[in-house]
Amino acid sequence: MAGPHYIVHDKTDSVGVVVVEGVKKGQMLTGWVMQGNKTVRMKCLNTIPIGHKIALAPMKKGDTILKYGHDIGKAVAAIKKGGHVHVQNLKTKRW
Amino acid sequence: MARKARKTTTKGKAAKQNKRTKATRRLSAKSDRRAKSNRRTGAKPAKRAASKTNRRTKATRRTTAKPTRRVRPRRRAQVKRAPVRRSGTKKPTFMGWRRKNGRVGIRNHVIILPLDDLSNAASESVANNIKGTLAIPHSYGRLQFGEDLELHFRTLIGTGSNPNVAAVIVIGIEPEWTGRVVRGIAKTGKPVTGFAIEKHGDIKTVANVSRKAKEYLQWASELERQKCQVKDLWVSVKCGESDTTSGLASNPTVGNFIDKFDAWGATTCFGETSEITGAELNCAARGKTKKIGQKFLNTWQAYMDEVIEPHKTDDLSDSQPTKGNIEGGLTTIEEKAFGNLEKIGKKTRYIDVLGPAEAPKKGPGLYFMDSSSAAAECVTLQAAAGFVVHLFPTGQGNIIGNPIEPVIKLSANPRTVRTMGEHVDLDVSGILRREMTLNKAGEALIDITMRTCNGRLTAAETLGHREFVLTKLYRSA
Repeated sequence: MAGPHYIVHDKTDSVGVVVVEGVKKGQMLTGWVMQGNKTVRMKCLNTIPIGHKIALAPMKKGDTILKYGHDIGKAVAAIKKGGHVHVQNLKTKRW
Repeated sequence: MARKARKTTTKGKAAKQNKRTKATRRLSAKSDRRAKSNRRTGAKPAKRAASKTNRRTKATRRTTAKPTRRVRPRRRAQVKRAPVRRSGTKKPTFMGWRRKNGRVGIRNHVIILPLDDLSNAASESVANNIKGTLAIPHSYGRLQFGEDLELHFRTLIGTGSNPNVAAVIVIGIEPEWTGRVVRGIAKTGKPVTGFAIEKHGDIKTVANVSRKAKEYLQWASELERQKCQVKDLWVSVKCGESDTTSGLASNPTVGNFIDKFDAWGATTCFGETSEITGAELNCAARGKTKKIGQKFLNTWQAYMDEVIEPHKTDDLSDSQPTKGNIEGGLTTIEEKAFGNLEKIGKKTRYIDVLGPAEAPKKGPGLYFMDSSSAAAECVTLQAAAGFVVHLFPTGQGNIIGNPIEPVIKLSANPRTVRTMGEHVDLDVSGILRREMTLNKAGEALIDITMRTCNGRLTAAETLGHREFVLTKLYRSA
């Protein structure tokens, strides 16, 4: 059984995590939603390194981003579904 | 300087040895497999023995007192998912050293503990003379005052009192503060002697201490291990160089372990005050009572008000998360915090909040300790509070160890396991490939922990990682 390309922790999360090396722009990815044990598929818009996040839905600037079912910060730029989510478009609401 | 030079050479040697990475990797893969198959003859052969029995005689299985697990017939040695009932994990035992105060250690160190920075040289000379003793050099101990000084004493006394330590020699520049550390450690009933350098000089002190150290070491070498229970075990946890794989897999593996060990009456501890930021309310909700949850919130708020807010120059996004965290895909402190909290499991509740290096007083259970999130500082405080074995999940590959408390590393990041295999005691990357359940990973962690308790050296121990870093609350006078 081939493992998933990305993993989503909670059903409500807006991002998943790429868990394999070498994910390329335009690649069709298989995802695993841990909560509920569901398999999903999505096209990846960027080359995303292992461990980095992928957007599960389009987001506007200012949107709250959810992971583990919780608020992990806000989008500081618009993000497309399948896009790379990291320091360039996600910022903490703390500190 | 001389010390530094020596350290570098040692590291150089280690690096050379590590160049044989392929071989090492194969070795570590082997040892992982061994982890699964539980070949140790020590206290915990139960798992393999049980499965063997089951495989051989299905019929007789029903007659055994505790048919704890179903086992499908296996063809290959490398079985990824052994079916194990959640409730079926057998409570392990281990062979430890029971000290005079009743606490149990899994190592039997004789340490040469300097009171202050000035006494490092003599301490290291003694450890060089008397092979098998362990010097614990550090950077402080002069002109500290108030709460910062109290923490210094508590950390040194706690380190000497840790049950992984059989006997202690304290060396200080002068006898007064040296004596205070000696008296503190003596309360445990273990042998401890202090030496002051003033009026003697380093050379005479080293000669005198070496004689005593030799006596202690020979005495300790004859102490025998005895069978101990999980409830005798104090386990601390802290993650480092985390990435998103930590929150998804290696931290929940530790959480699975904590849930099981809590049910078995172990004493456990987590900390990292600033790193709970973003998830502080969720953490507060995990207190045994509202009052204890509030005690955590007050501690967290004080750290914000006294440490973070007055000193920060930016939003801390380059320090917390660390550069390594960011490289590994973690973006914000909130994201890091929720991943971090996975370490305390799904149901375990903490029963008290400890100050830095403060020993638990409420009996078995999970404790939160107010501490820095920097790995060596946090583990040093936990060891000083009396914890004897540490579980350290890492994503990008934090390589920390501690001189007296063995640090077990686990990682779920396949790249880290591949490129830094010599630092990883347990590979749980199978969780991310859906090859390993969390429960199975938790059991593998219990297995490697019990083997460590029975004497298996951790990766950090073999590589000479002995980071001992005192927490300093403010500048000295």
